Amino acid sequence: MEHGITVHHYLVLSAILFSLGTFGVLTRKNAIVIFMCIELMLNSVNLTFIALSRHLGNMDGQVFVFFVMTVAAAEAAVGLALMITMYRNQESIEVDDINMLKW
Amino acid sequence: MEVLFFYLVALVAVISGVLVVTCRNPVNCALALVNTFFCLAIFYVMLHAPFMAAIQIMVYAGAIMVLIIFVIMLLNLGTISLRRYTHGVIWGSVLSALVLMLVVTVLNRGQTAGITGDITTAMVEKVGHTELIGRALFTDFLLPFEITSILLLVAIIGAVVLSKKEG
Repeated sequence: MEHGITVHHYLVLSAILFSLGTFGVLTRKNAIVIFMCIELMLNSVNLTFIALSRHLGNMDGQVFVFFVMTVAAAEAAVGLALMITMYRNQESIEVDDINMLKW
Repeated sequence: MEVLFFYLVALVAVISGVLVVTCRNPVNCALALVNTFFCLAIFYVMLHAPFMAAIQIMVYAGAIMVLIIFVIMLLNLGTISLRRYTHGVIWGSVLSALVLMLVVTVLNRGQTAGITGDITTAMVEKVGHTELIGRALFTDFLLPFEITSILLLVAIIGAVVLSKKEG
């Protein structure tokens, strides 16, 4: 690509963002923060898609980003409704408190 | 010049990503995440995908983050609790470092392969990015587009049913 920024730069950046999101999902207790870390991971994948779509001169990757965004919106609606229900039943949305299926 | 700009925006994106993961207060996490979304929108503009940048700001920073902040306010999570807010930090960091190492190894050893198309910068500037996206979306990806609309309908119904009062 032009101007010295290669597709490699973008891919490494999105790898860093993805592993940051993984770290957050694995270590945080608050369910909403975990949800936001999942959004971070989805966004890093979107960056990969657009960088490679640009690199290959192909529009399909950007259409996929469109679908990823739609799925993220649907996930936000359902996930946040689940969190409200959880809070109503448990008075907390910390994932450590959700252990009713354990015995 | 552009390389310098790339590194600057990348630095801001990574720092706000770290803040998303480490902030104790969920409202601060949400604001850092909005910052990351804006940085990614800048990258989309740099990659000659202006429509995607607009969608990124409108859908992610506009709609989804408003929904998340609304739920944070509704559940009153802004108050800082004195309990621990993380667990399994060691295993989490080991695993995410492994993911990073794996991906960087694949990136260094691999080569990009895939269906190369004929979309060039000149073509994007002449025809317009939105039109190119729309053409791909309504010809090659018509069936996935329709399935997406059903997915959104299911999500709306699911959200209403889940958050409804019982009884």
